[in-house]
Amino acid sequence: MTDAAATPPGLSATPADGSSAARIEGSSIGDRAYRWTTTAFALVIPVLLVAIAGAVFTAGWPALSKFGFGFFTHSEWDAVNGRFGAAPAVFGTIVSSVIALVLATPLAVGVAIFLSEFAPPWLRLPVAFFVDLLAAIPSVVYGLWGILVLMPFLRGQVMPFVKETLHLGDFPLFSGPAYGPSMFAGGCILAIMVLPYISAVTREVLLAVPRSQREAALALGATRWEMIWDAVLPFARSGIIGGIILGLGRALGETMAVTMVIGNSHDISASLFAPGYTMASLIANEFSEATNDLHLSALMAVGAGLFVVTIVVNAVARWLVWRTSRGPTA
Amino acid sequence: MSPAATGAGAARSAPRSYRDTLSRSSARTLTRRRVVNHAMIGLTYLAALIATVPLLLILWYLVSRGAASVNWAFFTEIPKPPGELGGGMANAIAGTLILVAIASVLGLPIGIGAGLYLAEQRGARLAVAVRFLSDVLNGLPSIVLGIFAWQVLVRPFKHFSALAGGIALAAMMIPLVTRATEEMIRLVPVSMREAALALGYTKWRTSLSVVLRTALPGIVTGALVAVARIAGETAPLIFTAFGNQFWSLSPTQPIAAIPMQIYTYAMAPYDDWNRQAWAGALVLLALVFVISLAARFATRSRFGLGGD
Repeated sequence: MTDAAATPPGLSATPADGSSAARIEGSSIGDRAYRWTTTAFALVIPVLLVAIAGAVFTAGWPALSKFGFGFFTHSEWDAVNGRFGAAPAVFGTIVSSVIALVLATPLAVGVAIFLSEFAPPWLRLPVAFFVDLLAAIPSVVYGLWGILVLMPFLRGQVMPFVKETLHLGDFPLFSGPAYGPSMFAGGCILAIMVLPYISAVTREVLLAVPRSQREAALALGATRWEMIWDAVLPFARSGIIGGIILGLGRALGETMAVTMVIGNSHDISASLFAPGYTMASLIANEFSEATNDLHLSALMAVGAGLFVVTIVVNAVARWLVWRTSRGPTA
Repeated sequence: MSPAATGAGAARSAPRSYRDTLSRSSARTLTRRRVVNHAMIGLTYLAALIATVPLLLILWYLVSRGAASVNWAFFTEIPKPPGELGGGMANAIAGTLILVAIASVLGLPIGIGAGLYLAEQRGARLAVAVRFLSDVLNGLPSIVLGIFAWQVLVRPFKHFSALAGGIALAAMMIPLVTRATEEMIRLVPVSMREAALALGYTKWRTSLSVVLRTALPGIVTGALVAVARIAGETAPLIFTAFGNQFWSLSPTQPIAAIPMQIYTYAMAPYDDWNRQAWAGALVLLALVFVISLAARFATRSRFGLGGD
């Protein structure tokens, strides 16, 4: 038993295996069966991923093989004549995600710093609870609120303010008529939705920064903010970037709320106030009205693109977070 | 913003700067640093304030616009055709419960089993790979899981079904339950496992009736969080469960679900449907919050009051 005590908890059962003179005969059958069963359950996850990849690419293959990589760079989407290019959706996915990150990142990092460093104890719990709750609200509820409350507000108040009061109407980003359903509305909704994710990861990373780091800065005469800015944030930087990229992963694949407010238009417009499309909203919006197999396949090919992009983005994010939160080694 | 940027930028490039500023210690730099300090701390307060506003606004609108429409008919009637007032979401509520049940029956055992494996074979190469892949699966957009279930379970059979929807949701649930289980099992003290082994328990009985049982409240929390998450999902259901305006409980038929009903009603140009969308959203959110609260409560009894 001393043997087992010295090994880490997860492994404690394993070394006993070889030296189990005292093991009752027959128990090993149960142990082996147990081990095989849990292994089989664990194997479901890789198998599932392979199956998902296989299914998505099979479904999208007719379109991918017909149009090649040009599928993602051409902008013509003509279901009647069977010509499909997903460039507007790719463009819209990038633009709406960037808007979301630009709006959400400063807020999320600010909230995380507030919660981990400055919040008085009586405020910490409620604020953390509220921000966490944002992550629990279903996407379709955001969409409902977005289409019936946020969108009219943006069209009636924010867009006129930017165009007339700030005189930015001639600036390409804000030019053209101010539609309600727009890239801007999609970005705003996404910003609210990714905020809790970025903030949660940032908080976790900030808490992993060693006390000594903070105390050293304070001992050198830093103010509390200088301590954060010079000692804590640089230490946590790659983890925070990981959190932001994790938020990006969420934003890229978010479907319902965006579908409901982005306007679903195949035009690429420089103006943020014009309607657009994202990859996910394109699939969701046109699936039920897809008339022929090539149209369906084109939608699934967009899904395959989304699959690849989110896997890459998430892998990078996980790696960055892991690198920071495993703490200072060596 | 600009004084903060210059002050901090200078400090970051040369860590000695505090001493420099202190030794030169003119009252003006000290004042400036103090002002920057307070301003930036104030900004984090502001960020916290702004971040809580959307939640309060959403809750406010849900209650003020939805509460009036949550009535008896909402829970007992099925949708009326467009143009007719009234009707409810009884079929969608039943549909959501069935979809969540199918997903749980499939997702919970797999997730818990995989979690046990990850916690017990922590360092094994397969465990490292599975842990990473479960994070990858967790990061996939739900719509991709919908496409998967559609291609595998809807297309070959040529019709939509509740079963396909439940499987898409189960695929969402598995990584959540797996990681929650793993974390909870790792919290169980080694001494418990050792005590059971020393008493002559076999390893599998130790794992199931001592370790798993001790970790159970935490795993229940993880499972409830996963359920709360999938109950509100819409995107994968578009391809699989499809929705249904009529009463159906059959797992092989298209089935209604609250989130899909909200989507349909929200996008419709009828005021009465929009009104019902608010009511549906309020009920859905209440459901999700109740499950989340139950999850918190389950953990509390484990770590706070756990007598035995």
